[in-house]
Amino acid sequence: MSILIDSSTRLLVQGITGRDGSFHTRQMMEYGTDVVAGVTPGKGGQTFEGSVPIFDTVAQAADRTGANASVIYVPARFAADAIFEAADAGIALIVCITEGVPVGDMTRVLPFVAERGVRLLGPNCPGAITPGVCKVGILPGQIVAPGNIGVVSRSGTLTYEVVYQLTRAGLGQSTCVGIGGDPLIGTDFVDCLRAFEADDDTVAVALMGEIGGTDEQVAAEFVRDHMTKPVVGYIAGRTAPPGRRMGHAGAIISGSEGTAGEKMKAFEECGIGVAERPADFVELIQERI
Amino acid sequence: MNIHEYQAKEILRQHGIPVPPGEIARTPEEAERLAREYGGMTVVKAQVHAGGRGKAGGVKLAADPAAARDAAANILGMEIKGLTVDRVLVTPAVEIRSEAYVGIVLDRASQRPVFMVSAEGGVDIEEVAVTNPDAITRFAVDPRYGLLPHQSMGLAFALYDDIELARQASRIISALYDAYVAAGATLAEVNPMIVDDTGVVLAIDAKMNIDDNALFRMPEIEAMRDTEAEDPAEKKAREAGLSYIQLDGDVGCCVNGAGLAMATMDLVKYYGGSPANFLDIGGSSNPDKVVAALEIITADSNVKAILFNIFGGITRCDDVANGIVEATKRIDIALPITIRLTGTNEREAIEILQANGFTAMTDMDEVVKRGVALAAGAAGGGA
Repeated sequence: MSILIDSSTRLLVQGITGRDGSFHTRQMMEYGTDVVAGVTPGKGGQTFEGSVPIFDTVAQAADRTGANASVIYVPARFAADAIFEAADAGIALIVCITEGVPVGDMTRVLPFVAERGVRLLGPNCPGAITPGVCKVGILPGQIVAPGNIGVVSRSGTLTYEVVYQLTRAGLGQSTCVGIGGDPLIGTDFVDCLRAFEADDDTVAVALMGEIGGTDEQVAAEFVRDHMTKPVVGYIAGRTAPPGRRMGHAGAIISGSEGTAGEKMKAFEECGIGVAERPADFVELIQERI
Repeated sequence: MNIHEYQAKEILRQHGIPVPPGEIARTPEEAERLAREYGGMTVVKAQVHAGGRGKAGGVKLAADPAAARDAAANILGMEIKGLTVDRVLVTPAVEIRSEAYVGIVLDRASQRPVFMVSAEGGVDIEEVAVTNPDAITRFAVDPRYGLLPHQSMGLAFALYDDIELARQASRIISALYDAYVAAGATLAEVNPMIVDDTGVVLAIDAKMNIDDNALFRMPEIEAMRDTEAEDPAEKKAREAGLSYIQLDGDVGCCVNGAGLAMATMDLVKYYGGSPANFLDIGGSSNPDKVVAALEIITADSNVKAILFNIFGGITRCDDVANGIVEATKRIDIALPITIRLTGTNEREAIEILQANGFTAMTDMDEVVKRGVALAAGAAGGGA
């Protein structure tokens, strides 16, 4: 078992012929992901790498191939419509890798997908990987290993760092999920924690948050109230100055809200193990399983 | 992106919000001329990207043109929260009967734009939120339908009992929502919205923050960017496609990925050092970016050592290593550099670096410890 993606995932790629889309589609296929279709308007009828059929619209692709998940690599100005299109076509899981989607667009996208019962991951996220089974997005396949630690993070390379350390210590992962660094995102920490709690193959969760917003505090309360599995958390940005956006659109301390200190305090109060450094995850998890 | 008060007011005017006239002066003489044009009392206001301008002495009332000139002479060149004032807004003074606050901000928790209005205007709304939360009325807008007429009227009635004033306020609130959406803003604030001595509701101060990611749709707002107000290093970084924020420490950090960049800064602090900057070189291994990054870091005279922390996932470590070698050939760097590369093609990367006289390690904690030690002078010499 795993969360979000598994061997039944039939993936279509929106923007499959673009520079990033084609590169990462090859990587996903090499990893073993079942890529069943691509979509690029105007290139319908062609094939990608001689095997993946390309369609003009998501509706056609879903209809002909039975795709049940989509990953989006289109430029930011087209990303919101790509999500709308996939949701309209009945795709159950939409993963939006694209960075730089206007937040106003997301205020319209989020209720649209919620009403249709669609799960959106991202935008501005690295996607998800179930080691040895399926990868959707850009997470590097070579640093993960099958196992039973769930990983959920707002970051990209910081996740790779922690996952790499877990793997080297023999702590494989059930699924690693990057939820993205934007202020408005689809799937959040709580969605992933709930799924990991229900997943038979997950015994503990590593959570990487950062400054900005209050998602980590909400996640901490969820852990306290609804989880039996141990969770270890880390917050990036303790040295970040207030009012400055630290790379990620969502990583900003506004006024006095969203500091690393208050998030770590919430972790501690709710029984989450607090990693002072990325390197602390291994020991804190080993102590708890 | 921040825009100035006079720019925000221009956007509000375009959406039909009543705003008193006003123009920018960059010299005391210009301020004097404008004050003469307007006649009567004027207000001279510093235009900087900082709150608390009034408290800092950046807003002055002037009785006549000579006083406006003196006020401008006083304010121009003034530093407010570290920012130098290079322009003032000159605007006719208005008789104020009452002040209110009207703002709309993107709320992360509800994932919607949320209006906040309060009859306690002209003050710091965050302070009101703490000291007197009941004085603020909130309303989350459903962006699919926009702000409906009865909703803006409801907010207006929270401010005024008088129907005539409420109608005027409702029009302003509704137009403020339109301006917020059209400008791709994440915040639009009128503080204060006032009633003048003739019973007219006016916006006399305005603030807007624009979503950087929405700027591609609005070149006219991108053109409002005050590049003079931007830190030169941060401007250079932005133009090079890097994300850089200067801090006050001495360990220069060059990292791929925002989360890892923050974690690296935090680890510098953890090991007793002080980070000089946040810098995310992104996923690219383009040597030009590495050159730009090194130029920016070395231009900060506080920096005593530079550390690279690269986790190659999609980014190939050998590409970054080549970038570092190329960069150090192009620019002369006297500071010690210590490098960590892990992930895709790390072995090739380390060979490239070694062949060029660098040493590299593969552990994040080790490189940070070494960076801190180099900055403290304990390890001495180049790595």
